Order: sequence, then structure tokens, then C-alpha cells
Amino acid sequence: MTQRLAIALLMILSFGASSIADVNLPSYPKGRGEYCVEPTDVMRRDHFEYLMHHRQISVHLGVRSKRHSLVGCVDCHASQADDGTYISVNEPGQFCRSCHVYTAVKIDCFSCHAAVPDAVVKQ
Amino acid sequence: MTNPENKPRRRFLGRTGAGTALLALAPGVRLVDLVLAKDEDEPASDETRWGLLVDANRCTTGCRACVSACEDEHALAKTGRNRLDPQWIRKVELVDESNDRSLSIPLMCQHCEDPPCVEVCPTGASFKRADGMVLVDKHTCIGCRYCMMACPFNARSFVHEEVTGQKSYSPRGKGTVESCTLCVHRVDNDRTPACVESCAVDGHGALAFGDLNDAESTVSKTARSQPHRELRPDLALNTGVRYRGV
Ligand code: SF4
Ligand code: SF4
Repeated sequence: MTQRLAIALLMILSFGASSIADVNLPSYPKGRGEYCVEPTDVMRRDHFEYLMHHRQISVHLGVRSKRHSLVGCVDCHASQADDGTYISVNEPGQFCRSCHVYTAVKIDCFSCHAAVPDAVVKQ
Repeated sequence: MTNPENKPRRRFLGRTGAGTALLALAPGVRLVDLVLAKDEDEPASDETRWGLLVDANRCTTGCRACVSACEDEHALAKTGRNRLDPQWIRKVELVDESNDRSLSIPLMCQHCEDPPCVEVCPTGASFKRADGMVLVDKHTCIGCRYCMMACPFNARSFVHEEVTGQKSYSPRGKGTVESCTLCVHRVDNDRTPACVESCAVDGHGALAFGDLNDAESTVSKTARSQPHRELRPDLALNTGVRYRGV
């Protein structure tokens, strides 16, 4: 009996330890440019507030400022594969997905919104 | 001074001032770009009413330039099943049986001033912008399709399947309703809708776009000089899309 308990205890401990070690902190490719549109800690905490506000004023009022537009997020944060094609920010390991997996917050932005920048049209 | 995009005079002059002031700050920037650049922070104004004038005498049977341009612009990919394909513009053929005269016209959302689609929407997702554009806020659309039933012109489509390859400026996705946006993303950037552009490029020039409230806009001038009508005037919707020769 004591032996069984000990084994069970050992299993629990080792399982717990390994699962802690297995948790990967979000890691994702660096965005373009030096700074984000707001300080990083503010963006981490409040990006959805900015996006929600912008969605309201852009869709309903027709305000087209770029600063807090989701298109802007994608433009800077979508990384490129070796052949130059863009990778969706919603792919595993990419900017949006990595943190949202870590925090277990499911988003559906990209069932409608483009998750890669539009093909560049030469000016 | 020309006003190529038929912008209301008030805004146009306002921008000229801003453009001149900016020119001193940014040497080397062409004045014309600054004059035409839209003030991004400016909300849509109810002093503007965007509208389209379709000239059925110039539209040709078989031509689908506007439909293709719309499909390209908004990445309206075919689903492989005809009945499920999105249709923001349809070409409609009309035959007058008394004299066999036939007509071909593009039919899209008529951007009604009193839109039934807005009246029936339970969530407020179907709405009319201050400048007369009738749009769907897909964030709040629940896909009930009441608006599709209410629209007398069958102008709206439901997205039945998952969508990929959207354009950044034209988000669209499964479970929501969509229709002609008058290319709101272009208009807000001082451009004309894709269909109007393609019709002109093809040499038909059957579509004129502009501000119906601005007496000087091409669309207003054309509307003044030529008889035209709204479809289903009996419904008194005061549509923003008008037809000539129908
Ligand atoms: S044509 Fe139909 S969809 Fe467009 S505003 Fe009128 S009722 Fe709404
Ligand atoms: S389908 Fe969407 S836009 Fe149309 S009435 Fe229902 S909620 Fe409103």
C-alpha cells in the first residue's frame, strides 16, 4: 500500500514537473520597425480596446485613421518565409496566434480579416 | 480648378487649404497629392449623399466588366456551386415585349434612403452611413438573413462557406450577409468604385458616381440634363442608384 502511494506520488510529481518545463512562453518573429503604435505593455494589455474602438468608428462613422487599424497590425507583424511570401499572423508560432494560444483566448478576427498584407502594388 | 472625384465643394476647398499649409512642411511633396488626400480622421458627413447613375443606353448585353471588377476588388471567389456564389452586382436583361427592345443593366444594392434591410435587422448590423451608403457591420451580423428577405432588389448575399484570401480592405466571412458597399474603402480615399472605373476603361462609360447633394458633381449634372428614374419608385425608397433609359 505504502509502495503504491509512493509510486503514485512520484508519478504526480514527475508529471507536474515535466508539464511545467514543457510550457513554452510565446515566441514569435519580430515586427517591422522600432516601435509599436503604443508602448508594448499598453498594447499587450489593451490592444483589443483599441481595436474595438477603431472598428466602431471606422465601420460606422467612416473614420479612416490608420494608427489603431487591424490592417496596420498585420502589415507590421506578418513575417515572411524565405521565398518572400507572407505567413499568416494566425499561424502557429506567429504573432497573434502564439500569445493567444498561451493565454487560451480564441479569436475569430481572421475568419473575415486578411491575416497577411495585401500584395504590394508598386507606387 | 477641376474636381475629378466629384467631391463636395466644401470639403475640396477645405483640403486645398490644408494642402498648402502642409506643403511648406514637406518640401518635394506634390501639391496635387495633398489636395486630393482625404483627411483620415474626418467622419462621413450627411452633407454628402453618394450615388450612382446607370445609363442603360450605354450598357451592353453580354458585357460583365463591372461584375468582374467587383469580384476582383473584393476577392469574391466562386464557391463552385452557382447558387451559393456571392453576387454584389448582377447583370439583368430586360425585354420590352411590346416592341422587343431589350436592355441590359447592372443591378446592385440601390443604397436606399429608407432601407428596408436596416429596418428589419435585429442587431443594428445592417446600417446606413451618414453619407447614404448602406452597409453590413459583419462584427454584429448574426446571419439571420432578415435583410435578404426585406430587400426588394435581391441585392444581398449570404456567405455560406469559409472564406480565404480576403483583401485587407474588404473583410468577409462565413455566416454573415454582404452586398455592394459602393466600394466604401475607395470612396473614403477619394477614388471611384471599381465597377465605375472598369466600365469607363472598357469605353462604355455607363456608370457615373458622385455626390448627389453636390450640384456640380458629374452625377448631378448628368442627372439634371437627362431623364432618369429609380427602380420600383412605388416603394418610395429614394434610392441612391438611378437608371437612365429604363
Ligand atoms: S437595395 Fe436592398 S440591401 Fe440595398 S439598401 Fe435597399 S433594401 Fe438595403
Ligand atoms: S443577416 Fe445580419 S445584417 Fe441581415 S438582418 Fe440579420 S443580423 Fe442584420
